[in-house]
Amino acid sequence: MDARTSEMLKKSQKKRNIKRNLIAYSFIAPNFIGFAVFTLIPMVFAFMLAFLEWDGNNPIKFVGIDNFRALVYDKFFIASLKNTIIYSIGTVPLTLATSLFLAVVLNQEIKGRAFFRTLGFFPYVASLVAVTSVWTMIFHSSKGPVNAILYYVFKVPKDKLPNWFAGNLVLLMLILFSVWRFMGYYMVMFLAGLQTIPRELYEAGTIDGANSWQKFRYITLPALRPTTFLVSVMLTINCFKIYDIAVMLAGGSTNTLSVSSMVLVYYIYQNAFNFWKLGYSSAVAMVLFVLVFVITLIQFRGQAKYANE
Amino acid sequence: MLRSNRGIKIFKNIILYLILLIMAAITILPFLWMLSSSVKLDREVFNMNPFVWIPKNPRWQNYADIWTKVPFFTFVKNTVFLTVVVTALQILTSSFAAYAFAKLDFKFKNRLFFSYIATIAMPWQVYMVPQFLMMRSFGLNDKLLAIICLQAFSAFGVFLMRQFYLSIPDSLCEAARIDGMSEYGIYLKIMLPLSKPAIATLTIFTFVFTWNDYLGPLIYLKSQHKKTIQLGLKMFINQYSSEYGLIMAGSVLSLIPVIIVFLCLQKYFVEGIASTGIKG
Repeated sequence: MDARTSEMLKKSQKKRNIKRNLIAYSFIAPNFIGFAVFTLIPMVFAFMLAFLEWDGNNPIKFVGIDNFRALVYDKFFIASLKNTIIYSIGTVPLTLATSLFLAVVLNQEIKGRAFFRTLGFFPYVASLVAVTSVWTMIFHSSKGPVNAILYYVFKVPKDKLPNWFAGNLVLLMLILFSVWRFMGYYMVMFLAGLQTIPRELYEAGTIDGANSWQKFRYITLPALRPTTFLVSVMLTINCFKIYDIAVMLAGGSTNTLSVSSMVLVYYIYQNAFNFWKLGYSSAVAMVLFVLVFVITLIQFRGQAKYANE
Repeated sequence: MLRSNRGIKIFKNIILYLILLIMAAITILPFLWMLSSSVKLDREVFNMNPFVWIPKNPRWQNYADIWTKVPFFTFVKNTVFLTVVVTALQILTSSFAAYAFAKLDFKFKNRLFFSYIATIAMPWQVYMVPQFLMMRSFGLNDKLLAIICLQAFSAFGVFLMRQFYLSIPDSLCEAARIDGMSEYGIYLKIMLPLSKPAIATLTIFTFVFTWNDYLGPLIYLKSQHKKTIQLGLKMFINQYSSEYGLIMAGSVLSLIPVIIVFLCLQKYFVEGIASTGIKG
């Protein structure tokens, strides 16, 4: 092969490479351009914004970590962080237990299994505005059926009937509602996990004389550990992002939350779009980000661990 | 011995069904209450003594009134438009990009894909404010287009489709390439028809999310004639907070489309959730 042909070969190879890249980019471009402009750029911007002071119109001022320093003394921020964490601590184990329980029950061969599974999804796919408006009616403090039962059946005096959407009870309400809404969704993840457990394990258990509880405790639970872990991570992240459930259940007709029900995303929203303290709002958003980021890191480490097992 | 075993089994089954019925009741009762209240007068809704599920004279008028009290038709129109466009764009652009990530070799492939993966861990709520500021500077504030830009290009869609394409053997594409088919032809004639289950999964997730989204439209859509069903319904509830019958009629109407889509595609919905559960 002389130098000229090898040169030509190289050239055509290069040309082919360029063409190949261009074709690939033409596949990616429609999505990537949209993704880069509307997601990547705002993300970078969010990190910068946390160190600035800006109201959207006047000149931007660099303030360093002042926004974060102010957070420490802000009782509304502390309240929203506290409420978000309490809400998550309440919701995660309860949803986990309920959805695992439902999955184990619906994994048995019983009649109407498909029907019950479908039913479990209704709270999840139904629009939040619709289902929260039903909940606010059912738990209405003076007219709702729940308090009516407390009054007529349990003889709770009228002035002692609980107001479910204020004070200490509001977080409980948010937790109960979330468990109701999400149990069907996570049940499916557990059902998928249950399919991966070999039948022989249970047969061996039966031969060894294990009862149902022992089989659950010593076969099902350990085998489901990766799924349980993943579900708790996903649930925790979703709990940190709570906003609309809180606003719709506890926000009343003005969509405002008090100190007892304020959550992080609400405080981000309020600072940005009501007070136009954009930098400060972004500082709160960074706290949310760090929380989610830490949970994600834990997930990665956990996954590596389960992959090795 | 055998007989008592059978007795225990029947007893167990009874308990099982009892538990299931209680759980089913907890799940379905709010919906039944919604349906029942939607054909009641406002003062009948909270009548507990006696409580009736189906009123003697069902007030169907509620379902007619909701369309005139608020521009409900406009809300429906906007929501349908947004949902259809977002879902279509999402499927088109994600499956297109996912094909390149799964089946083609090119420069910066891993870096580009990493930029998608890295953002999945970042909640939208963290950057929704700067995103709004940017959209506003583009003149997209109070435009339906803003919601489309916001939701049509998700990393989730690309990721989901790519995972599915990876499970299709490469030899299929190779054979087509040897036959002289272009990459676009392979995508259109081979991959797309094969990826129906993944498309169905992505469709139902995007549809349910866009139809029910509240915070996105709340930030962007300000004028009345731009509002979606969720925003419009919430506005209606805030304005007429004691018109319980009407609120419930509106709620029932807002559920119907999403329930229909869900019932048609529920198999794929379940598969979608299940696959995230196994692969993580």
